[in-house]
Amino acid sequence: MPRFIKRDEISKGRSTSIRIFSVILALFVFSIVFILMQKNPLDIYASMLKGAFGSSYSIRETIKLAIPLCIAALGIAVAFKMHFWNIGAEGQILMGAFAASVFALKFPEMPRPSLLLIMMVAGIIGGSLWALIPAVFKAKWGTNETIVTLMMNYVAIKWIVFLQHGPLKDPNAKGFAKIANFTDNAILPEIFKVHIGWIFAILLVLFIFIFMKYTKTGYEIAVLGESEKTALYSGVNIKKTIIISILLSGGLCGLVGMIQASGISNTLVESVSGGVGYTAIIVAWLGYLSAPVILIVSILFAALQQGGSFIQTSYGIPGAAALILQSMILFFVLGSEFFIRFKISKKEGDAK
Amino acid sequence: MSTVPHISMKGITKVFGKVVANNNINLEINSGEIHSLLGENGAGKSTLMNILSGIYIPDRGSIFISGKEVTFSAPKDAINAKIGMIHQHFKLVEVMTSLENIMVGQKTGFLINKNKVIKDIIELSDMYGLEVDVNKRVYDMSVGEKQILEILKVVYRGATILVLDEPTTVFTPQETKKLFKIMNKMKEQGCAIIFISHKMEEVMEISDKITVLRKGETIVTLDKRDTNPKELAELMVGHPVDLSIKRVKVERTENVLEVKNLKVVDEEGIERLKKLSFTIGAGEILGMAGIVNSGQKELCETLIGMHPVKEGEIYFQGEDIVGKNTREIIKKGISMSFIPEDRLGMGLVGSMDMVDNLMLKEYQCQKGLFIDKKPAISRAIEIIEQLEIKTPGIYYPIKNLSGGNIQKILLGRELAANPKLLIMAYPVRGLDINTCYTIYDLINQQKAKGVGVLFIGEDLDVLIQLCDRVMVICGGEITGILKGENATKEEIGLLMTGHKNELQEA
Repeated sequence: MPRFIKRDEISKGRSTSIRIFSVILALFVFSIVFILMQKNPLDIYASMLKGAFGSSYSIRETIKLAIPLCIAALGIAVAFKMHFWNIGAEGQILMGAFAASVFALKFPEMPRPSLLLIMMVAGIIGGSLWALIPAVFKAKWGTNETIVTLMMNYVAIKWIVFLQHGPLKDPNAKGFAKIANFTDNAILPEIFKVHIGWIFAILLVLFIFIFMKYTKTGYEIAVLGESEKTALYSGVNIKKTIIISILLSGGLCGLVGMIQASGISNTLVESVSGGVGYTAIIVAWLGYLSAPVILIVSILFAALQQGGSFIQTSYGIPGAAALILQSMILFFVLGSEFFIRFKISKKEGDAK
Repeated sequence: MSTVPHISMKGITKVFGKVVANNNINLEINSGEIHSLLGENGAGKSTLMNILSGIYIPDRGSIFISGKEVTFSAPKDAINAKIGMIHQHFKLVEVMTSLENIMVGQKTGFLINKNKVIKDIIELSDMYGLEVDVNKRVYDMSVGEKQILEILKVVYRGATILVLDEPTTVFTPQETKKLFKIMNKMKEQGCAIIFISHKMEEVMEISDKITVLRKGETIVTLDKRDTNPKELAELMVGHPVDLSIKRVKVERTENVLEVKNLKVVDEEGIERLKKLSFTIGAGEILGMAGIVNSGQKELCETLIGMHPVKEGEIYFQGEDIVGKNTREIIKKGISMSFIPEDRLGMGLVGSMDMVDNLMLKEYQCQKGLFIDKKPAISRAIEIIEQLEIKTPGIYYPIKNLSGGNIQKILLGRELAANPKLLIMAYPVRGLDINTCYTIYDLINQQKAKGVGVLFIGEDLDVLIQLCDRVMVICGGEITGILKGENATKEEIGLLMTGHKNELQEA
């Protein structure tokens, strides 16, 4: 009978290879579905790759998908590091987008740099205040932040829908319930034909990496996450640390809202977040809450989405298939954790 | 009694990775015998017992019960062979009652005949003197009660061979006495008991036979009557040891700490510290004795600013520190380390490495926004050497280390901070003899440097030998402060249970 033995320590190279192998295994298992559909899985995977990175256009599209995933995942990672389970990125993105849009719609003629700067600040504040509500509830009354943040996502979505149908409805849209498009002054400029959100993303990865690893506050967040008692004992100001980390977490998500509204949809719609807030949770976990890894994982996830929509059109494979593939990969990677911690032995009497 | 030993383990070898935990160990235990296993941390006691209870499978060697060879591939097999293991950390469901805890996991029919179970339990408790309230929930129980319930649980499953892994680590003398009574009663009924402990006095008191293990090997099995603590300690360590603790003479100068009429209430408004007044001088070790939960933890937390003061004053080097927060107090030079019952708990972060844990106390004293890890790295290397910490590296998560090593890291950090007042609660909890003496030496070194020390301990012998004065508290009240040289265990024991000292304060 095979036995599982706890590994003492595992080298970085070995754990990475186990994870890569698990992704390959997921692709392999999923080929069965394609074979049942009488399609050649190798062809499909190749064209997914082509769809994601095959041309400069597709690379740009992939990057556009990766930007919000990456920044939102960074925000989530900051909260998760403190063991504050922020499932509310979706809502924080929307409220950030909302706050930014208010200024975009109110001051359409303001000079571009100042308007964009104001929008960014508004987005960050909008997202962080939205995140602060569940944090205060938790600090004061010990509510469960997972549920409160999740519920507040729906409040945010419905709020945007309400604005679309009511106060912010564009009178020039011929009765169509939508909010007016931003003026050019409120739209992010492009560098290499991609809105400058990608520069933000790279800067933020650097910032969060340094923040979490080399600053006192980052260290305090990690200690607090592990044990509140220990944090108290070593003199950490607990309330201040919680507030800083939640404001930062929500602020980053709020910035994503601003970027998406300004750089992608050019207006405020409820699809500004489009599930990014949930996918980013997966990205943050698979990235081990570490900023550089999150950057890589978000690009891979964006590629998966971009490649998925490509095969949708070129092979007529339902978009749901790409989603299943995504979840399959997640499933296998999470499962591989077991093999990182344990090794299998056939030898009798080697168990622990 | 038969000539065949009740349990016999022959040539047991168990290897974990590169570490040989057990090397060709032989052990024989008769029924009606209390057999102690002595050995330092990592000598292989727990591994051996885990093999006997079916948790580990030996690489080589065999186990015989009443002369018949058995193989255990799961704890269930050991239970069927009537072996009952009582672990150091209790395996009880907190929200359940004693009765439910006993019944959990039992192979019963679909319906449970509660009354019959209760009848059986009462019968067993009469037989062995195990008094348990079947309807009491575990979270309401004291450590001693939980221990008794654990024993009753395995006895109910038919165990006649009982393995107790360091059962007295967190016990009061009274609870230990009670446990020993039970053990003796079980012995009379023909049970075989294996007792693992670090405490030499206890081993000498309760055992019939003693087996010493060292570095995974059986050194010798002795009859208690033929040996003495000194010999046993030398066998354990492998070289001659000096069992006396030095009391360093230091000229006492000014007071480092002065506590006046300190009153502290807990969250529910219950008074935890009642008008405590005491002083600690520079270069003085003040010992503190008391039954568990007499206010030791509250005092520690209050002195370091984690717990609010209701009334009273605390002067540290002449300055009132009441109302100051933990960070300010640490900066002033007070260090507090509290080793909780689970030994990890407060003060360390298990998933972090040694470097990050060493930074925990002093990173705030660094200037600017950023953390400088270099001092912590060099300190980590120093501490590993000084305290002989066994770890694969300074970047290895400390939760994977053994309890003793984790504790050394905590103490090493507190000592390295160069405090002016050192508060240590249970610093040697669960440590082996060699390490204990290293720690006493370190405390004496601090004392010689003029540091005031508050030493909260359980072992009265140590308190008397190490401390200049011993303060005894009971129910949050000081019942007496005795001079270390004149104090006796009996006197402290009386004070611990609330008999006030009518004599003058030392």
